[in-house]
Amino acid sequence: MLSRPATQTQITHLQRLWLYVLVGLVFLFLIVPCLIVIPMSFSGSKYLEFPPRTWSLQWYEAYLGSPEWRAATFVSLRAALLTTLFATTLGTIAAYGIARVHGAVSSLARGVFMLPMLVPLILLAIGCFFVYAKIGLNGTTTGLVLAHTMLALPFVVIAVLSGLASYDMNQERVAQSLGASRPWAFLTVTLPQIRLSVLSGALFAFVTSFDEVVIALFITGGQNATLTRLMFANIRDQIDPTVAAISSLLIGLSILLLVGSQLLLRKGARK
Amino acid sequence: MPGKVEIRNIRKSYGSFVALDDVSLDIAPGEFLTLLGPSGSGKTTLLNVLAGFVRPDSGSITIDGTEFLTLPPHKRNLGMVFQNYALFPHMSVGRNVGYPLRLRGVSAAEIERRVRDALDLVQMAHLADRGVDALSGGQRQRVALARAIVFEPSILLMDEPLSALDKKLREHMQLELKRLHDRLGTTTVYVTHDQREALTLSDRIAVVNGGRIAQLGTPDEIYDRPRNKFVADFIGETRFLPVEHGASGLSLYGRPLKVRDEWKSLTGDTPWLVVRPERLRWHGEETDAANRIDAETTGVIYQGDSYLVTVRMPDGVEIDLRRGPDIAGKELPQRGQPVHLWLDREHTILVSDKP
Repeated sequence: MLSRPATQTQITHLQRLWLYVLVGLVFLFLIVPCLIVIPMSFSGSKYLEFPPRTWSLQWYEAYLGSPEWRAATFVSLRAALLTTLFATTLGTIAAYGIARVHGAVSSLARGVFMLPMLVPLILLAIGCFFVYAKIGLNGTTTGLVLAHTMLALPFVVIAVLSGLASYDMNQERVAQSLGASRPWAFLTVTLPQIRLSVLSGALFAFVTSFDEVVIALFITGGQNATLTRLMFANIRDQIDPTVAAISSLLIGLSILLLVGSQLLLRKGARK
Repeated sequence: MPGKVEIRNIRKSYGSFVALDDVSLDIAPGEFLTLLGPSGSGKTTLLNVLAGFVRPDSGSITIDGTEFLTLPPHKRNLGMVFQNYALFPHMSVGRNVGYPLRLRGVSAAEIERRVRDALDLVQMAHLADRGVDALSGGQRQRVALARAIVFEPSILLMDEPLSALDKKLREHMQLELKRLHDRLGTTTVYVTHDQREALTLSDRIAVVNGGRIAQLGTPDEIYDRPRNKFVADFIGETRFLPVEHGASGLSLYGRPLKVRDEWKSLTGDTPWLVVRPERLRWHGEETDAANRIDAETTGVIYQGDSYLVTVRMPDGVEIDLRRGPDIAGKELPQRGQPVHLWLDREHTILVSDKP
């Protein structure tokens, strides 16, 4: 088996063995941190430990039964959904403009929309904190959604731009010549063809907001603390396995979203 | 009959580049007019001005007497066909063709009927339910055409619609387009850089160069009576020979040159003789020196249906001539042999350098 050639070039599987081992290690390196959390969440003890000596579901009960955790989850979900809505709308429009206009304006706009990705998150957080302190947005949903929309915009713009790269703008012109106004031409001809890019941008926007902790640490608190902020505080103060239970649920949610979007993409490609 | 277009003094510049320089043009209802020119000549810009995608700096366009320039593209009621077809890939053939009708709020039954009629017209009715991706280039072009005519636009605009097809299919589609135009009678403005396509399809051709119309006329006017060197050069396989303007009249390589009266008034500094190889004749009056060219054969190539004979003029200019197999009494010239060629007075065309 190992002595059989792996490719047309007659390199055997044996000669490739080191490569397989390396790839296996990289996979482990990527997966283990996620996998380690899951058994820890089923721990029967009061503290985070690995491997757990006894098993129970108590930390899932602790999460679902706690009004504090539930409120934080609601805050995070609300912020993530609103961020998705705004970032996807604005980002799609921005990408469309960048793709349609050529020259210096387009390059400049592209650069500006990438900025939130380039500036260190901690700086953005401090900046938001001071600006919000002046205008009274600290601790508000509006402030959180604004900040998260800024963070998510680059992802939407990149996703939609990549969709528009292979899109033939002449189609919109044809639609106009056939009697469609420009917005209608966009909605009936362009949008249906870039919908998967828009959808993946929206997914990125959701995850960006839902996972974000640094800015949330600075500008949210109390009633408006996000789930990630509360988890962070919990780790610092208590270190009980509730965090592991929540993490496991989040991993499950992420995998669901990922698989869901992949299925959608495949369906789109088949069509 | 609707579809009369009046284009007046259209100007458009991009920075210092003048794309359209005071273009005026009348298009008659039902006419097939071709804008023919090299790339960058402004022909596509003019088409886009008509379609509403480019706003000219000044000028006016009226269609059937109403001003057109102020209307947005979607209110102009034009059918447009692009070079790359621009079919909507997320719709079936039938839905592509029905798109303009749905925009106009036509009833579903009516849409179905008209889509079928339009697809019938381009022989695509059997593929109405197909996806666009499954179509060949020629089929896509037919669908694009059906989509552009299904709502009975007042004018049909076509931007190099056949240039993406291979030669054989292109020639076939040219004839189909011509038949379709004869049948529908829709005023058509057609952009191409292919002179043969323009000659085949058009009622009239506007040769465009440098943002101006170099000549406007019927195909035979454009071919047989080019008004300047650019037009003569752009159309046909043209060679230019220098003509001397002496006291005894015009002469070519020292022999008298007889031309049609209309060319005699040509007072250009240096008139050029326009030589279209296929107009040169192998037979003529040996004793009459007028309109005769003495050349030397420099090459003979057998090409199946004919021979390609290269001859060298006294001043070194070489011209490739096609010689069919059936020229009685005339031996095929051999390389290095002298050869006599004649020009009909009818086909002796002179142009000047001036535009």
